[in-house]
Amino acid sequence: MSRIQELFKKKNKQVLNVYVTAGYPQLNSTVTIMQALQNSGADLIELGMPYSDPLADGPVIQASSTIALQNGMTIRKLFEQLKDMRSSVQLPVILMGYMNPILQYGFEKFCADAAAMGVDGLILPDLPEFEFENEYGPIIKKYKLDFIFLVTPETTPERVKRLDALSTGFLYAVSSSSTTGKDQNMGGVSAYLQRLQAMELKNPVLVGFGIKDKASFDAASEFANGAIIGTAFIRALDGATDVSAATEQFIRSVK
Amino acid sequence: MSTTIYQKPDAQGYYGQFGGAYIPEMLHRNVEELRNQYKQIIGSKDFRDEYQSLLRDYVGRPTPLYHAVRLSAQFNTNIYLKREDLCHTGSHKLNNALGQILLALRLGKKRIIAETGAGQHGVATATVCALKGIECIVYMGEKDIQRQAPNVARMKMLGATVIPATSGSKTLKDATNEAIRDWINNPNDTHYIIGSVVGPHPYPDMVASFQSVISEEIRKQLKEKTGSELPTHVFACVGGGSNAAGTFYHFTEEGSVKLVAVEAAGHGVDSGMSAATTRLGKPGVLHGSKSLVMQTEDGQVVEPHSISAGLDYPGIGPMHANLFTSGRGTFLSATDEEAVRAAFNLTQQEGIIPALESSHALAGLHQVSFKKDDVVVLCLSGRGDKDMATYMQAMGL
Repeated sequence: MSRIQELFKKKNKQVLNVYVTAGYPQLNSTVTIMQALQNSGADLIELGMPYSDPLADGPVIQASSTIALQNGMTIRKLFEQLKDMRSSVQLPVILMGYMNPILQYGFEKFCADAAAMGVDGLILPDLPEFEFENEYGPIIKKYKLDFIFLVTPETTPERVKRLDALSTGFLYAVSSSSTTGKDQNMGGVSAYLQRLQAMELKNPVLVGFGIKDKASFDAASEFANGAIIGTAFIRALDGATDVSAATEQFIRSVK
Repeated sequence: MSTTIYQKPDAQGYYGQFGGAYIPEMLHRNVEELRNQYKQIIGSKDFRDEYQSLLRDYVGRPTPLYHAVRLSAQFNTNIYLKREDLCHTGSHKLNNALGQILLALRLGKKRIIAETGAGQHGVATATVCALKGIECIVYMGEKDIQRQAPNVARMKMLGATVIPATSGSKTLKDATNEAIRDWINNPNDTHYIIGSVVGPHPYPDMVASFQSVISEEIRKQLKEKTGSELPTHVFACVGGGSNAAGTFYHFTEEGSVKLVAVEAAGHGVDSGMSAATTRLGKPGVLHGSKSLVMQTEDGQVVEPHSISAGLDYPGIGPMHANLFTSGRGTFLSATDEEAVRAAFNLTQQEGIIPALESSHALAGLHQVSFKKDDVVVLCLSGRGDKDMATYMQAMGL
């Protein structure tokens, strides 16, 4: 059983997954922030690998990617930083990123190196299901990494079932058809999450996009197994001199 | 060598190893809707009748195929110019904008978004939106807005909202990202008109088929003028590659016809200031399809350079990537300086001021040796009015 699956076995309510862009705000913040996330009570860590053209992300996360790239972050650098992470971080770790930098790194080498470092899963929003099934999925499986697909309110029920069947770890429910960082009306979101709940999916569901504080986290968690916070955390790190303190303060305000 | 695949991608939108639809789930429904419906709609009689009649009466088609006598004498061969510069709004871009808006209306869309670099595609889109009374939003890099003021004014006069793309490098690639984001955030009522043969399947195929009217006309017109539908060479410039796709479309199956694509070398292919994607790019994923992409060794997309904003793009349409790797097409490149020189030459030999994009194709003529009885067709994709600032600078005005 993977670290992610074990987590959901122990805890299936109010699971908090926190997204941070690797190399932001400083090149070497990554592991410090991961440790602070663990200390302050986050359940899962999603590390964004910065890309020049992040289509699924809103302006705040794109700006953090631009800063991380200016700081010199690359997949190679990130893997150097994560080499010893398992000596201090026990939470499940997911890498989120776009296909192009991974293809340049070499898809199989990427999976092999990530797995060797103790990474547990991948979210690659621009890897389509056809290519996943025919080319990349078997490689991801070979290295025992979980793969998490996204679903939206526009995704048909048949397709939700299909993507659920292809996913392991959890399913990422985008709370509305939107890029990250947009405010959401949680009322409309609940109806959508209740629809998902009624489908009896094989994977737990985490809600992403538009979660920014305790109220929206609680609202999103009501009809799902938990939620993902990204943009609001990136904002909290903006200009922070002590990233550990900023991280702990932010997470405590949400929990 | 797969030539049929230039016109017909496979079911997943692949031309050889290039193409596909690398899109986040948030775009799936919109792209799927297009994929399921575009062929049926554009093949319907209702669509074809309206499209054909507007191509004739509004765009001004067929555009002439002009035997450029003095230019031919210079190269000691026979050169015909396909006069896309005479299309309404000044370039071939209108062929695609018109087709896609007629398609969008039949899909019940109420809002049109587009990206633009130099502004030609933005102007073409704003034009058809004005014609059809439909809302138009054009994303344009903040830097390009400053560089292309007259086209920004044209779009505004046509009633479009021009939104500056302020992320990343603030040029065409970022305007494309912003347009895609808008589409993600407006999944129900909006159609995104991509201006080139790039983007996720079915865009490359759809845009190429709207532009294919160029080579359809060339074959007929050439037959009238020379007795044969087939030239020996077909030339076109390539950025994303929409005019080249239209110009090559009906010739890819004809093995005797040499397809010559001319990319923008900028300051020189190896200068670090270039947009010659087939020379500098590696296989990768950009804006929803797999193609050749100019990028760093870490897979970050780099900002290209060309004097011509329309060729200033770090990728290339997937069918062109396939044309290149299969060896069916010949890919040349022309520098900024060579393009400007070619523009002045055409102006002074033939009395036609070409767009900087088309001038790259003209510059490519110098890199091929022709026989006296060769028949060369070159797509003059746009007129040069928008580039007068650059030409004035070259004249020291």
